[in-house]
Amino acid sequence: MKDAFGAPQSLLVLGGTSEIALATARRLIALRTRTVRLAGRPSPALDAAAAELRARGADVRTVDFDALDSASHETTLGKVFAEGDIDMVLLAFGIAGDQGRDEEEPLAAVRVAQTNYTGAVSAGLVCAGALQAQGHGSLVVLSSVAGERVRRADFIYGSSKAGLDAFAQGLGDALHGTGAHVMVVRPGVVRPEPRAEAGAVRVAGATQAAGVVQGAGAVRAAARFVSAPLEASPLTTTPDAVAEAIVTGLRRRSETVWVPGSLRAVMSALRHVPRPLFRRLPI
Amino acid sequence: MSVDTVSLTGWGRTAPTAALRFRPRSYEEAAATVRGCGPRGSIARGLGRAHGDAAQNAGGSVLDMTALNRVRTIDAGTGTVVCDAGVSLHRLMEVLLPLGWFVPVTPTTRYVTVGGAIGADIHGHNQHVSGSFSRHVQELELLTAGGEIRTVRSGTSLFDATAGGLGLTGVILSATLRCHRVTSSWMSVDTERAVDLDDLLERLCAGDHRYRYSAAWIDLRARGRATGRSVLTRGEHVPRYALPARARRTPLAFRPGPLPTAPALVPEALLGGTPAALFNEVRYRGAPRYRIGELQRLAAFFHPLDGLPQWSRAHGRAGSVRYQFVVGHGREEALRRIVHRLSRRRCPSSNAVLKRFGTGDPGWLSFPVPGWTLALDLPAALPGLARFLDSLDEEVAAAGGRVCLAKDSRLRPELLAAMYPRLADFRSLRAELDPDGAFRSDLSRRLSL
Repeated sequence: MKDAFGAPQSLLVLGGTSEIALATARRLIALRTRTVRLAGRPSPALDAAAAELRARGADVRTVDFDALDSASHETTLGKVFAEGDIDMVLLAFGIAGDQGRDEEEPLAAVRVAQTNYTGAVSAGLVCAGALQAQGHGSLVVLSSVAGERVRRADFIYGSSKAGLDAFAQGLGDALHGTGAHVMVVRPGVVRPEPRAEAGAVRVAGATQAAGVVQGAGAVRAAARFVSAPLEASPLTTTPDAVAEAIVTGLRRRSETVWVPGSLRAVMSALRHVPRPLFRRLPI
Repeated sequence: MSVDTVSLTGWGRTAPTAALRFRPRSYEEAAATVRGCGPRGSIARGLGRAHGDAAQNAGGSVLDMTALNRVRTIDAGTGTVVCDAGVSLHRLMEVLLPLGWFVPVTPTTRYVTVGGAIGADIHGHNQHVSGSFSRHVQELELLTAGGEIRTVRSGTSLFDATAGGLGLTGVILSATLRCHRVTSSWMSVDTERAVDLDDLLERLCAGDHRYRYSAAWIDLRARGRATGRSVLTRGEHVPRYALPARARRTPLAFRPGPLPTAPALVPEALLGGTPAALFNEVRYRGAPRYRIGELQRLAAFFHPLDGLPQWSRAHGRAGSVRYQFVVGHGREEALRRIVHRLSRRRCPSSNAVLKRFGTGDPGWLSFPVPGWTLALDLPAALPGLARFLDSLDEEVAAAGGRVCLAKDSRLRPELLAAMYPRLADFRSLRAELDPDGAFRSDLSRRLSL
């Protein structure tokens, strides 16, 4: 059961190798979480993640789960829920894809869409049904700011996240009053922690421009802003910051969480930029 | 019997969960509900005044007992009352006071049911004299897991497990209570101010035995030398002959009038530390340094907050957490440390109460043990509160104390066994009586009771 501050005792992570998910699990284990189930495709990374969380004192097990195999979700996840209540499900799987290659190879693009959207729809519905039956619990869906206004630069990934985001919002409304709660988390660009090995900037979302942009001068200003190193941008975030926002969101029973919080204002402005102008924005 | 799906919380309005709510109007309906409750079990609920999740059952059944509300018999000579579990203490007061009797124990709200009072083994301002509620229960009828009704007499192990057992041994259907004789519905109240915590403890030790009711409101915002400054109020029932002529005309009148309901949304600005500090300052300065024999009505003395229905809304949208612990006599150092930590943290708390407990009761999960208890409400939205309260728990456990389960919504399960030494007995009795887990609540799941 969750306590008065929304800290869960049991956690199911879908996409058990996700940096954000693991950062969240670490924080939750420091609070109340004692049972963690890491669902993902069997891999050394998944086992390593499980071992690391186990060392922090939780009872951790891995679950063989493939987002692309929608037909198996009901059996796989049903087994996890049959073992005992799950207070929180963190839907964290997703792939960023490679926009350039995906445009050339439609099948690769479909794979992005199937993982990020179709897979999440089936897994999300299975989990929602189980949470509703147990009368409590949170489904935390990792969406992305990239889905809020889809850009030329990553519209395949962005559109899949847009679909996921809309799905999660609707699911949240459907579950309202059933005891289950859906929280949509929209992080900006997530860069790894400084201590992590250099390289591989994982793009969960990718918008760094700010404010209502008017005219070419502002466009140039935005371009300068964007071309600044990632570390300097105030709209990037880290897995730890996302994890902290998730824990706070659970405490407040929030329905939407932006990380960093200032993205809410930025995106509400960017959402209304006319398309001819939006196309020209170097974002 | 009406059935609906509802989202329920405790009085603190945190951690809502959904359950099927049944409202049985007879013992048979209650038994049928328990027999057919399914794998997620059932739990009895009264008027929902438990602060945490004791009367919630996510995905299961919740028996709303308030329709079982008959006072069956009253023996006006001996003050023995037989009533259904869904009768509220408010109703009992209305019925009993004209006959010259008063409920043996009342908490700071009279809107609790008799079943809830036994299940939480509630205590009141007279704990140091009268113990907690179940000490005054002679016997009760308990609906057990198989759907059978058992009569449980005081002194048996099932009674001790049920008193304070948070409804996990079964559904209490009725109880036989012994009441307290009074000759008027007025209280004579003595008030004094204590300048700091040591002064307060001294005054409580020196004078408590002379009063039936005693508790102190403590200002947790005061810091430095004033840490723990308090207003100590102690009272007695006034005998009829001591009433002024005007009050003597209707000595047993009991007509508390409620004020309007608290608004659904209270501005967050009213909930912060500054308003709490201001309130505390006014409350402390406004109290007399020393006054004896002030006449107060029962409701004003015992239940000042009942005048404002839904007052728990005043803690804002995120709800509140009530924290109550007790540490034994001789552990004043721990109490002092905790009070200092609370006041250094400047928590916006304006209804903290400190009381000296007398002998505890035999209930296995009953809260009171001889010592000092401090209870306070905190807004759940306070940043860092979870970890802060966890560290207080550790301090309480290290001092051999315990926190109150009926008010809890956040205790770390690992500390429970240290706080309640009879927990193993409770668990084994439950395993024997209710092997399939017909009685479960969110609290029992959270703490693996």
